[in-house]
Amino acid sequence: MNNLSDYVIPFIVLCIVLYGIKKKVNVYDTFVEGSKESFDMTLKIFPSLLAMVVGVNIFLKSGVLDFIFSYLKPIFNIINVQVEILPMAIMRPISGSAALAILNDIFLNYGPDSLIGKISSIIQGSTDTTFYVLTLYFGSIGIKKIKYAMWAGLFCDLVGIIGAIIIGNMLF
Amino acid sequence: MINKIWCSFIIIGIIFSLFTGRMDIITSEILKSSETALNMIVKIFPVMALWLGIMNIALKSGMLNKLSKLVYPVLKIIFPEIPKKHESLGYITTNIVMNVFGLGNAATPFGLKAMKSLQELNEKKDTASRSMITFLVINTSGVTLVPTTVISLRMLYNSVSPGGIMFGCILVTIISLTCGLIFDRILWRINK
Repeated sequence: MNNLSDYVIPFIVLCIVLYGIKKKVNVYDTFVEGSKESFDMTLKIFPSLLAMVVGVNIFLKSGVLDFIFSYLKPIFNIINVQVEILPMAIMRPISGSAALAILNDIFLNYGPDSLIGKISSIIQGSTDTTFYVLTLYFGSIGIKKIKYAMWAGLFCDLVGIIGAIIIGNMLF
Repeated sequence: MINKIWCSFIIIGIIFSLFTGRMDIITSEILKSSETALNMIVKIFPVMALWLGIMNIALKSGMLNKLSKLVYPVLKIIFPEIPKKHESLGYITTNIVMNVFGLGNAATPFGLKAMKSLQELNEKKDTASRSMITFLVINTSGVTLVPTTVISLRMLYNSVSPGGIMFGCILVTIISLTCGLIFDRILWRINK
């Protein structure tokens, strides 16, 4: 199953090219023409990406989250949940690279096969960086009013994190 | 909304670091951020160029259209506002397929194309449409069968079974996606 990903891309590319030939499309020219669009798209997302990086990094480096952790820790202890997962859980929706760095630390300190390592793996594997997706996807088409999108996205993350903790404790 | 979040991130962050004495770190972080963003773009750009090229073949040959027709019965339930045969259905499907196989980077260009094509259906161009938010929920719930990044990181730390968390991931993904889609419906009804 690990190698499944290795087959997907070549298979998709082959299918698309073969289908293109069958439908008498000039496959090469069409590829080049489509690829050109990436310049425009990349330039369009850069400003919103930059804005997000500035905001998120100021927030993360200020130490606000450490402050929040210190208050959440006792609550986690009361409901008997692994406190070590907390930084990972809070970081995941905000910054993908920061969450990955924390996961790295967890593997280093507790090992990937510990319960903490496994639960963190599931959190990383089954949720996505909501803020990144939000700014990138809406920024690229100039959406300013996002309505309830953030709440829906964060709710998904919350369910994913709680689900990972419960299922992790049940499975392993 | 994004405006409010952005401002609160900056204001809370800077005021808080006044108390924690981290002003030097914040200064370098602000100055460094455009470089960080550029590095991210540099990583995204080649992936985008590649997949937009390949995807254009699928679009011009009518393959995308065929795919849209195929998945329409399922997507119709999740995205009731997208008309049959609309281009966005094909992009949404490819985005989900790429995510499912853990190819997150390759999924992004299709996600952006899907948004662009959903924007054509959108009546208020500066406001997120219902379909856009639903699509966003699917993306943030991280529909993944093979979490490639996590598995390779686990291998790096000599895990006995790097893929042992896959079943858990799938289970959690199904739960969070289902809950997310239901919550999205509820919020939409309230905001209607």
